[in-house]
Amino acid sequence: MTLGEGVQLVTFVVLSLMAIGFALGVVWAPSIVYSGFLLGGVFLSMAGLYLLLNADFVAAAQVLIYVGAVNVLILFAIMLVNRRYNFAPLKLGWLRNGVTAVVCLGLFALLAAMAFDTPWELQPIQPLSSVLVMGGHFFSDYLLPFELASVLLLMALIGAIVLARREFAAPQAGEGDLSLLERARPQFESATETEAELVSTR
Amino acid sequence: MLQLQFFLLVAAILFCIGIYGLIVSRNAIRVLMSIELMLNAVNLNFIAFSNFLDSGMIRGQVFSVFVITVAAAEAAVGLAIVLGIYRNRATIDMESFNLLKW
Repeated sequence: MTLGEGVQLVTFVVLSLMAIGFALGVVWAPSIVYSGFLLGGVFLSMAGLYLLLNADFVAAAQVLIYVGAVNVLILFAIMLVNRRYNFAPLKLGWLRNGVTAVVCLGLFALLAAMAFDTPWELQPIQPLSSVLVMGGHFFSDYLLPFELASVLLLMALIGAIVLARREFAAPQAGEGDLSLLERARPQFESATETEAELVSTR
Repeated sequence: MLQLQFFLLVAAILFCIGIYGLIVSRNAIRVLMSIELMLNAVNLNFIAFSNFLDSGMIRGQVFSVFVITVAAAEAAVGLAIVLGIYRNRATIDMESFNLLKW
């Protein structure tokens, strides 16, 4: 990285503020659609941080895989599931939120203290082409995890298709061939427990 | 001058936000998004370590690529499970999933 130190510092501050603000938006946004788009902002600013850390290949992979695949997949799932649904307020829900916030703040204090107290064995940073070094790693000492990752991706692909596949309805008399494609599910305005069980397509 | 601690601090903040969203969210898809936030924080830690402690053989970046792969697989399978539950139960409220309760 050949940027000046001031430029690096300003870029780091801007990118980290963007990442943290977007992440808070993911958790707190009133609409799940806003959270989905803010998640893309988090991924993009993380890619910028990776560029600051001389990780150009991982930054490109982050943009391609997270923003291009995972975020689009999440947005598709939001579109498929996004029925207006009023969550019933929980008994003692505020207590759960408060306890969780306290625990998270405590964990953050622990992690920050660990980061500042540990004497890290810093090395001088060598600028090198990360793609060549990572390719060497992938095909020499990390060959087995590399192959396992491909098998894992294949398993996840097949598993996701099997899980999300619609079950075909039996053809009904009097309807066209299009009835084979998708069976209309009954829609309930207020999904109580018994009605939710009626919806089961099995 | 950028320090290793700055990146560790940002990663810690993101990880804690992810844990908070994971426990507090009622929407199942938002829970999955919080898991992605936590995985990104771990990736930032890996890459910061590989830059400042291991910049000759960037092994942290190799591991972050594996984490990205596993995160993609997790997102696909998790969203498929959410869609399956939504089709059977007609809700995505985490509080009404009691399928594994005994």
